[in-house]
Amino acid sequence: MSGELVLSLKHVFSGYTDGGGLLGKKERQEVLQDVTFDVFHGEILGLVGESGTGKSTLARTILGMVRPERGEVVHYTKRPQMVFQDPYSALNPFYSVEWNLEEPLRACGKYDRAERKRLVREMLARVELTEDYLAAKPAELSGGQCQRVSIGAALIQQPKFLIADEPVSALDVTIQAQLLDMLRTLRRELDLSYLFISHDLNVVYQLCDRVLVMKRGRIIEQGTVDEIFHCPKEEYTKQLLAAAE
Amino acid sequence: MKRGNGFLTAGLLLTCVLTALILVGFFWTPYDPNAMAVGGKFDGPSLAHWMGTDNFGRDIFSRVLKGTGTTVSIALVTLAIGAVCGCLVGALTGYFGGPADGLLMRLNDALTAFPSILLALVVISILEPGKKANVILALGLVFIPSFARVTRTAFAGLRDVNFIKSARLMGAGSVRILAVHMLPNMLSVLLPALTIGFNNAVLAEASMSFLGIGVTPPDASLGYMLSEAQGMLFAAPWYALGTGLVIVLLVFSVGLLGEGLRRRDKGVL
Repeated sequence: MSGELVLSLKHVFSGYTDGGGLLGKKERQEVLQDVTFDVFHGEILGLVGESGTGKSTLARTILGMVRPERGEVVHYTKRPQMVFQDPYSALNPFYSVEWNLEEPLRACGKYDRAERKRLVREMLARVELTEDYLAAKPAELSGGQCQRVSIGAALIQQPKFLIADEPVSALDVTIQAQLLDMLRTLRRELDLSYLFISHDLNVVYQLCDRVLVMKRGRIIEQGTVDEIFHCPKEEYTKQLLAAAE
Repeated sequence: MKRGNGFLTAGLLLTCVLTALILVGFFWTPYDPNAMAVGGKFDGPSLAHWMGTDNFGRDIFSRVLKGTGTTVSIALVTLAIGAVCGCLVGALTGYFGGPADGLLMRLNDALTAFPSILLALVVISILEPGKKANVILALGLVFIPSFARVTRTAFAGLRDVNFIKSARLMGAGSVRILAVHMLPNMLSVLLPALTIGFNNAVLAEASMSFLGIGVTPPDASLGYMLSEAQGMLFAAPWYALGTGLVIVLLVFSVGLLGEGLRRRDKGVL
């Protein structure tokens, strides 16, 4: 870890607005409370906590889908990308794998046709799929293959920072292990940093360098994987660990 | 289409036959549809005059052929106006939401409360009755609300789906997201809506012309011909029968097509 920053959050309070419309009354739901942390270059930062603690809201806030109420979100790299839990929902079902991989390149308009085709094939190889899959529709792929394609689509604009929201939770254990391996390799080859959101502590233990523990919108503990897993300080972290055994 | 889809096959077949007939009718009819005394007065159906002749001795089959073309082209342009404008309103309200959504959809509700024919009547009397362009405009306006409603639901449903979120993250513009990412995924609701809309447009045009506020002579349209036929129902029942049958066939075949499409498409919606 070089100590170079990729992202830093400073005292972020965030939430989302419910209701609204012409007559409805808007209700602000506060989710994140005073969240402060840094992501360093090249690391895989795990984010754990029960469902409903605001992990996804945190991801959305980082990505700018939700504007923070207070505090600061500072990006040190260009636009981060996201991988979702349900692999099928992340790809446009109307189009082929090739289209889904190529679309981000088309959208940013910086590449000509030949270059796009080349980058798509290169990315397909990186996510360990053969060119036979180019013409397939997402619905024809298995969950693991589909997740590979959506990781490819997220990485094809060459971001340096990737947010993965439970990317392997919907997959079975052997496929999980393969994908985690692939994520490790991609980090090394493409010089990436991840924020890896998961409720599965075993996966976090295998993959991450550092861990954030979140409870009711607050980061209650953070440290290296060894610190968190072997000598947790907070009672809540101990409970999470005990539940995972 | 994995299993055989009888609705789709039958609908496609019938629609193709009708389309071919209409296209032929634009360029060639057995007799000049407006020429009088090509046969006798009130001749029954025969080999020379498939649907018989009317009180002026005009060939009814030729008139039906021409009239179907008029009716269908009016219906298609009407549908295009309704669908395109409706889609725009649907996208504006469903995708962007906000105050425009509330306002436009309440307006939509208000318009939906009136029967569409009544609404078209009002519009056409404000414009000027008897002109083809005005009939199209009036019907087109009337068809906007239903399309707006259908597409709004679809756009709103897709707005928060992950692949749309991803597209926004990738930096795709709103127009691109709406047209390229969302619209194709709405075909399963859009195509049936289009076929139903087409049938409604055919019937609406026929009704308006029947009532005398639609297409007027010398243009023959199915509705106008039906109102002519009414006056000679006993002297030449084949006139009303032939014309009516074509309307039924038209609506039936496009209805089949729509049902077939609905059964085939299982999109994300």
